[in-house]
Amino acid sequence: MKDQSLPITVGAAESSVSSRQGFRFARRLRRESPAMLIGYGVMYLLAALWVIPLLWMVWAAFMPKSETLNGWSWNFTLENFAHVWQAAPFAQYYLNTLLIAGGVLAVQLVTVTLASFAFARLNFWGRDIIFVLFLVQLMIPADVLIFPNYHVIKELNLLDTKLGIMAPFFVSAFGVFLLRQMFKQLPAELEEAAVMEGCSKIGLLARIYVPLSIPVYVSFAVVSISHQWNNFLWPLIITNSVENRPLTVGLAIFAQSFETGAQWADVSAATLLVIAPLLVLFMIFQQRFINSFMHAGIK
Amino acid sequence: MSSSVRSTLKENGFAWLLLLPSLVFLALFTLYPMWKTGKISFYQSDLATPIPTFTGWDNYSRMLDDSVFRQVIGNNLWFALATVPASILLGMVMAIFADKAIHAKSWVRVSFFYPNLIPMIAAANVWLFIYTPQYGLLSRITVWFNAEGMNLLGNPDTVMGALAFMMIWKEAGYFMIFYLAGLQNIPKDLYESANVDGVSRFVVFRRITFPLLMPTTLFVMIIALTNSFKLVDHLWIMTKGGPDNSSSLLLFYIFETAFSFYDQGMAGALTVVMIGILLILSCAQFFGLDKRIHYR
Amino acid sequence: MKFRAKLMLVLCMCVLFVAGCGTSGSKTGQGDTQQPKLESGANTEQVASEGEQTELSFYYPIAVGGPLTSVIEKMTEEFTKENPDIKVKPIYTGSYADTTTKVQAGVQAKQPPDVAVLLTTELYSMIDSNAVIPLDDFIAKEDPSYIEDFYPAFMSNAQSEGKTYSIPFQRSTIVLYYNKDAFKKAGLDPEKPPANWDELVTAAKQLNQNGQSGIEIPGSGFAYWMFQLLSLQNSPDGGNLMSPDGKKVFFDTPENVEALQYWVDLTKKHKVMPEGILDWATVPSDFLAEKTAMIIHTTGNLTNIKNSAAFDFGVAFLPMNKQYGSPTGGGNFYVFKDIEPKKQEAAWKFIKFMTEPERAAQWSIDTGYVAVRKSAYETDVMKQYTQDFPLAVVARDQLEHAHAELSTHNNGRVSKALSDQVQAALTGTIDPAGALKKAQEEANKALEPFNK
Repeated sequence: MKDQSLPITVGAAESSVSSRQGFRFARRLRRESPAMLIGYGVMYLLAALWVIPLLWMVWAAFMPKSETLNGWSWNFTLENFAHVWQAAPFAQYYLNTLLIAGGVLAVQLVTVTLASFAFARLNFWGRDIIFVLFLVQLMIPADVLIFPNYHVIKELNLLDTKLGIMAPFFVSAFGVFLLRQMFKQLPAELEEAAVMEGCSKIGLLARIYVPLSIPVYVSFAVVSISHQWNNFLWPLIITNSVENRPLTVGLAIFAQSFETGAQWADVSAATLLVIAPLLVLFMIFQQRFINSFMHAGIK
Repeated sequence: MSSSVRSTLKENGFAWLLLLPSLVFLALFTLYPMWKTGKISFYQSDLATPIPTFTGWDNYSRMLDDSVFRQVIGNNLWFALATVPASILLGMVMAIFADKAIHAKSWVRVSFFYPNLIPMIAAANVWLFIYTPQYGLLSRITVWFNAEGMNLLGNPDTVMGALAFMMIWKEAGYFMIFYLAGLQNIPKDLYESANVDGVSRFVVFRRITFPLLMPTTLFVMIIALTNSFKLVDHLWIMTKGGPDNSSSLLLFYIFETAFSFYDQGMAGALTVVMIGILLILSCAQFFGLDKRIHYR
Repeated sequence: MKFRAKLMLVLCMCVLFVAGCGTSGSKTGQGDTQQPKLESGANTEQVASEGEQTELSFYYPIAVGGPLTSVIEKMTEEFTKENPDIKVKPIYTGSYADTTTKVQAGVQAKQPPDVAVLLTTELYSMIDSNAVIPLDDFIAKEDPSYIEDFYPAFMSNAQSEGKTYSIPFQRSTIVLYYNKDAFKKAGLDPEKPPANWDELVTAAKQLNQNGQSGIEIPGSGFAYWMFQLLSLQNSPDGGNLMSPDGKKVFFDTPENVEALQYWVDLTKKHKVMPEGILDWATVPSDFLAEKTAMIIHTTGNLTNIKNSAAFDFGVAFLPMNKQYGSPTGGGNFYVFKDIEPKKQEAAWKFIKFMTEPERAAQWSIDTGYVAVRKSAYETDVMKQYTQDFPLAVVARDQLEHAHAELSTHNNGRVSKALSDQVQAALTGTIDPAGALKKAQEEANKALEPFNK
C-alpha cells in the first residue's frame, strides 16, 4: 500500500510458473557459473552434515545395546523397539497427541486468521498496544507460567482433560505475527478490485487473503503441530490419566533416566517411534505445499 | 463528517470483534498469569516465608547482587549472538537452495528440517552421544585425523560453543520453512527479466531476493531472538548448566529458582526481567524495521 | 446493511465455532476422565460414606529407564485386591524434578496428590512449604518392629527434629564398579579391589593405559553427592556435611579441603582420570565401553551394567580413607496434608503394602535399587537372587557405613552452592580451599533465615 514501486499482479506471477518447471536438469547445470556449482556442492555437503545425527540415531536404535559403545557393529536388531514399545501405551499416546495437535491447530487457524486480518488491514484505536500484548505471548515460554496456568485450568475444571492441555495454545501470537506479515504483503490492488465488485471485508478475507496465504498457513501448521508434538512438561503437569497424555511422556521414561545414565539405544528407538509419522507427513506435504501455492492463483 | 466518524467506528468495532476470540485466550493464559507473576515479584515468597510478604523492589536488588544472575545474562547474550545470526543466515541460504536445488529437492528439505521434529530432550540425548569423548561420534571421527578427543561439554571454555552448534542445527531448518514460504511469494517474472538482462546471481539476490524477503527476515529475527532465550530443555540432559554455571541460561536459572529453590518471588522477578529484555529488543526491531519494510 | 448482516453472521459463526469446539472437546474430556471427575466430586462434597471406595492418587517418578510403569500398576492392582475399599491410581510423573514440579503445582492450587515418591532431599522443602504430614501417629500404631526393620541409613534422611516424615522406597547408595578383565591385564588381583585412597591411586595408575583411564567420578549435576562421599571417608569422627536439624552446613573444614584436593589430584596430579567435568549420564557408558577401568556411581546402575557389560566386572565398597563411608540417595514415600484424614490413613496402608519384605525384594531385583528393609533380604526370592548374583549385596553391606544424603533447609540453593564450587575446583578455576570457603558463604546466606 505504501510502496507502489513494484506493481505486480498475481496473473503475471503465475504465468512464469509453467516456464520455470520446464527447465531440465542438464540444461540448468550448463547454465550455472562455476561459482554457483561450488555453492551447490557446499549446500549438498551441508545437507549431508545435517542428516548425520539422524543416521547416528537410526544406527543406535537398530543395534544391540551393548554394541553401540564399541566400534562399528552391524548386527541388526528390533529388540530396542520391543523394549521401548512395552514401556508405555504408545498407541494410545499417538492418538492423544494427534487429537491434541489437531484440536489446537483447528482453533488456532480461526483465531489467528481473524486477528491477523485486523492487524494487517484495519485501522483501529490501540492497535500498537494490543499488538505488543500479543508480542508478550511470543516472549514468554509457556512453561514459566505453569503454576498460574495450573490455577486457571483448575478453576475452569479442566484438569486432566485434553481440552485443558490445549486451551493455553488456542491463540498463537506466533501465527498472528506470521500471517500479519503475509497479509500486509498482498497487493493492495486486489483489495480495491474486490471491493469494487461488491465484496465485503469478510468475503475479501475468505476469498482472497486466505487462499493466497496458503504457503504461510502450511508453514504455520507445520510449526504448530511440531510444537504440540514436542510439548512435555505442561501436559505432564496437568494430566493424570493415560487417556489424556501425549507421546513425549512415553519418551521421557527413557530420555530422563538419571539413576542409570544415558540409555542411547532406547532413547534412539523411542525417538524414532515418536518422530516417524511426522517425518513421513512432512515428506508428503512439503511437495504439496509448493504445488498448492502454485495453483492457488489460477482458481 | 458524521459518515466518516461512523465508518471509523464501524472499522473499530469490526477490528475488535475479530480480535475478541484471541484476546479471551490471551487474557486467560498469558496476561492474567503474567500479571500474577509481576505481582509476586514484589513479594518475598520462598521456603523461609510460607506466607508471601510484600518487599517492594527487594527481589530486584538482590538479583543485581547475584553473581550467578550476572553470569547467566552474559551467557545468554553470548548464546544469542552465536546462534541468531548464524541460524538466520543458514535458514535463508538453505531455503534458496532447497527452492532451487537441481537434484533431490525433497530430500534436501527433509534433511534440513527434520531436527525440528525431534523433541528437545531426545535431541539432547543424541548430541550427548555425539559429543561424548572417546566413543562418541565426534571422537570417532577426530580419531581418523589423529586429533585428540576432547571433553567438549565438561570444559567451561568449550561447552557453550558445543551447545550453540547443536542449537544452530536444530533451528536453521525451522527458519528455512518461513523463508521457503516467503520465496514463493516473490514474483517469478522479476527473476525472468533479470535473467534476460544478464544480471549476475549475486546482484539478483542483493536487489530482488533479499529486500523482498525482509518481512520474513524481520519475523525470523524476532523468533530467533526469543528462541535463544526460550530453549533450555537440552541443559537438563546435557550439562545441568555446568560446569559451574558456564552453560546456564536465563530461563534455566528461572526454572531452577522456581522448581528447585522454591523461590517464587525471585523466579517472578527473573521472569519479568526476561520478558522486559525480549520485549525491548523485539519492539526496537519491530517498530524500527516494520515501518521501513516495503509491503506492497 | 449488507456489511452489518455479514458481520453478525461471522460473529455468530465464530462464537459457534469456539463454543462448539469447546463442548465437543470437553465431551471427549469427560468421557476419558470419569474417574478423576468423580474423585474431585467426592473431594469437595465429602460424601464418601461407609463402604464406598477411597481413591488415592499416587505420583511416582521413574529414574532407571525401563518399562516399570506396568510393574507399579500391577502392584497397585494387587493392593486393591487386598483392600477392596481403596483404589490407587498410579500416576507416572516423569523424572524426580518433574514430579517435584507437579507436586508443587498441586500443593499451591490446593490439589495435592495423596501420596508421592519424591527425593529424600526434598524433606525440608516439603516441611517448609507445609505440604506433608509427619507419620509418627501411624508408626506408633504399628508394631515397633515395622519401622526398626528399615535400614537406619535410609531412615536418617526421613527424619527431622524427632519426627518421621517419609518412608524409604527406592533407595540407592554409591559403590565402586571395576573391570576384572582390565585388572588381570594390568597385573592386579581381580578379587582385591582397592580398599583405600592410596591403593585406589596406585591401582588406577596401573590401569591407566591403552586409551583406558584408571577411574572416573562423575562431576556434573550431582557433584555435591560425589563430594559428600569423599568428605565422609575423610571425616575423623563420622561427622556429616550438615547438622541433623538441617540448619547448618560444614563445607570448609580442613578435612573437606583435603577430600576435594584428592578428587582434583586424580586428574591434575596423578593423571588417572580424564580432564574436565565427567558427565553423570556418560560415566556408566564409559565403563561399559571399557574406556575406564573403574567408576564410582550409584547402585541404581547395577542391573544396567549387569545386562550390558561384555566383560567380567566387580562391585566393591568405596575405598576408605579415615573410615568407610557413602551417602544414600533415592526416593521416599510422602503423605500430603490438604487431603481427608481417611485418605491419609489409606495412604499409610498403601505405603505399608508397598514396603512389605517380598515387594521390597522384588522391586530391588527389578530396578537395581537397594531393598529398604532388612527382612527383604531374608525372603526366598531375594536369597535366590543374591545367590545367583552376589554383587547385589555389596551395596547393602556398605549401608552400615552409609549416612544421610546432604539435605538441609533451602536444600536446592545449598546443594547447588556446593556443586558449583566443586565443579569450579575440578576445572581449575579456583583452588579447593577457596572453593569450599565460597560454597560455605553462599550456603550460610541461604540458611540464614532458618537460624533466626
